[in-house]
Amino acid sequence: MSDHAIKGGDGPEVYFQYEDVDQQQETYVVGMWSFLVTEVMFFGALFLIYTLYRWKFHGTFFGAHEQLNWKMGGINTMVLLFSSVMVAFAVHFAQKGQTGKQLMCLFVTLLCAFGFLVIKTFEYGAKIDHKLYPNHSFTYADPNHHESKSFWDDALPEPLKIEKHEQEGNPKNAKLFYSIYFTMTGLHGLHVIIGIIAITSLMVLIKIKSPLITDYIPTELVGLYWHFVDLVWIFLYPLFYLIPR
Amino acid sequence: MSSTVIEQGTVEKPHSEKNYLNADHTLKSWLLTVDHKRIGILYLISVTFFFFIGAIAAAMIRYELTSPKGILLSSEVYNKTFSAHGIYMVFQFLVVAIPAVLGNFLIPIMIGARDMAFPRLNLLSWYMFITGGTLISLAFMLGGVDAGWTFYVPLSTVSENQISLCLVGIFITGFSSIFTGVNFIATIHKMRAPGMSWYRLPLFIWSHYATAIVVILGTPVVAITLFLVVVERGFGFGIFSPELGGDPVLFQHLFWFYSHPAVYIMILPAFGIISEIITCFSRRPIFGYRFIAYSSMAIAFLGFAVWGHHMFISSQSAFQGIVFSIITWILAIPSAIKMFNWATTMYKGSVHFSTPMLYALGFMGLFLIGGLTGLHLASLDTDIHVTGTYFIVAHFHYVMVGGTILGYLGGIHFWFPKMFGRTYSEVWGRLSAMIVFVGFNLTFFPQFMVGYLGMPRRYHYYYFAPEWQIYHVLSTAGSTVLGLGFLMPGIYLTYAIFKGKKAGANPWGAKGLEWEKTASPPITENFEEPVIVTGAVYDYNPEEDSKLYEREETGSMIDGGGL
Repeated sequence: MSDHAIKGGDGPEVYFQYEDVDQQQETYVVGMWSFLVTEVMFFGALFLIYTLYRWKFHGTFFGAHEQLNWKMGGINTMVLLFSSVMVAFAVHFAQKGQTGKQLMCLFVTLLCAFGFLVIKTFEYGAKIDHKLYPNHSFTYADPNHHESKSFWDDALPEPLKIEKHEQEGNPKNAKLFYSIYFTMTGLHGLHVIIGIIAITSLMVLIKIKSPLITDYIPTELVGLYWHFVDLVWIFLYPLFYLIPR
Repeated sequence: MSSTVIEQGTVEKPHSEKNYLNADHTLKSWLLTVDHKRIGILYLISVTFFFFIGAIAAAMIRYELTSPKGILLSSEVYNKTFSAHGIYMVFQFLVVAIPAVLGNFLIPIMIGARDMAFPRLNLLSWYMFITGGTLISLAFMLGGVDAGWTFYVPLSTVSENQISLCLVGIFITGFSSIFTGVNFIATIHKMRAPGMSWYRLPLFIWSHYATAIVVILGTPVVAITLFLVVVERGFGFGIFSPELGGDPVLFQHLFWFYSHPAVYIMILPAFGIISEIITCFSRRPIFGYRFIAYSSMAIAFLGFAVWGHHMFISSQSAFQGIVFSIITWILAIPSAIKMFNWATTMYKGSVHFSTPMLYALGFMGLFLIGGLTGLHLASLDTDIHVTGTYFIVAHFHYVMVGGTILGYLGGIHFWFPKMFGRTYSEVWGRLSAMIVFVGFNLTFFPQFMVGYLGMPRRYHYYYFAPEWQIYHVLSTAGSTVLGLGFLMPGIYLTYAIFKGKKAGANPWGAKGLEWEKTASPPITENFEEPVIVTGAVYDYNPEEDSKLYEREETGSMIDGGGL
């Protein structure tokens, strides 16, 4: 065993298939990165679809994107970026063996994740109230359709509201935009929920001093996953909310 | 069997010893095992089961086509039958068979590890595979799927069948292969024994490494694409819907971005098996080791740049078609490198026609035909003539059945003594290899001809051209022979598992850690003591080894087992 492994007391448990702890730790990290490659390809296909359609229908897509609340999205970006910093600190404290601080950082990350979902709920709620959810009830740029009230929009404090834009463009192509928007952000939200489950399980396992957690590697793996979730949003946010015509 | 026999200066260990098969006998010990060898056996049983479902569907298709008007199935049921054949064979058999059965069993042993990098993930992937298979079967029981295994939109989004359920099943099976791929990559990168450098890896490992790369890059793309079809059907979204301005051809692009590399997921592991078998039964070091290894990697990466050749008659531009056509031709080079290297390996070798070698030689012949007709299809003009005909069907069956399944059977026969510690009957083995070869050619060669004449695929009648009946009858006759050829190994191998003659650790006199350092069957930890690799890979010596054969010829190699 190399010496940095012995520091945390008895040292990490080495499973029978590995020669030593270094090999075990490196293997875990290689496995996680290979898994993240598949995740990149997973979202990559969706980004490709979005890019192609945006290119093809960019007028309508621009009109549709102005309905999205870029301020809420911006706050969510901040929340996720902050949570990523916290995860990075958690990994750092895990390496130092400072379990208390590590749990604290993970807890803040968890709060951020829930905060993200709450903000997302406000956004989704408003979209559904405005009949922008892309199923059979989808209505876009319909002159007979009057702006409906939305609890989720009206509940926002004034600085977070965006100015109302006319719904411009071809309603059919707009439905395409919202289909992709809901699919991609929904899948991202699903990843956030999986991240919440992962972080919670990690915290519980650390708290009960489970034999599964004997070093910093589990925290590092959860951290890698969380950074990936964050990174997907870093691309989603400008592509859907920000980029101009 | 406690008596010890002195042989070649070593003491043969008594067979009452513990190995991975008799370590524990409870059902629980099998279903909750994390031993890669037991998981391999679980996969062996399950892929065989799915193979027989797919084969029954194939038989129904063949009997339907013996008459120009169709005699067995209605149009609707016929559509569901060929969909079932495609879906089971591709997603539940071909993609999984070699990597999950032989790869799982052999990769850790070949690189000198005690297990996969992530044994529990390995077990999880088997459970996901079974869950996926169950959902697919459920979909067929609850009404079937008629969109073919390709699920082209908009048919798959409007068809009122159990497509969503089936797609969810395929999605889960897809994640099962992603986890297997992740496991392979981590294992091959990090679990190699001391001294097992990259260029001492058996070619079986190289080809599985290439396969794992294709799996982790390609499978998520098809998973998300099929998922989008589920979203369209389930939530009323529209992503490929032409009504909303969506592009159905985009679905085809994304689908083939995976599904073309998927054929390399199927064939690359078979290449690995053939490399092992050819070098062992020619008693010569493999010719051009590095070129075979590099060509596997080249196939893995180039395979991602050729998907458009499935879409020459879709709306893609002619320029795109030319580019995809050229890259497809380039892709023939690494495959040809392998063929030439295998042929050269046999040159001046001491070739021995054991059952695995017969399968390997059959593979070379059939894959050659499959590969060369692939070039007809890679050329724009001939492809446009034969697109959507039985010529295509015959081509990919030559590659998939003649390539993958012959490779798989060869591999199963080659490593059977290692997996179960017993030998099968060599006579029955050779006989069935011959029957498979003859039956296969009789089934699919007529399809080339009838396809060239214009018989469209996926039709359940051809009353407009009754003169094609002779080809279809020949093909159906061949498929009966082929079915017999597939059934025979099922019987004599099962018999051999329980009643076959005990095999020694290295019945073929082969090189490699799995033969030289482990017992047959291996113990749960694979090796008695830590492995250190010092020599080069495949250090066969044709002159000395041929004497070994003469001795063994009179021994267990010929009349082993016996049915």
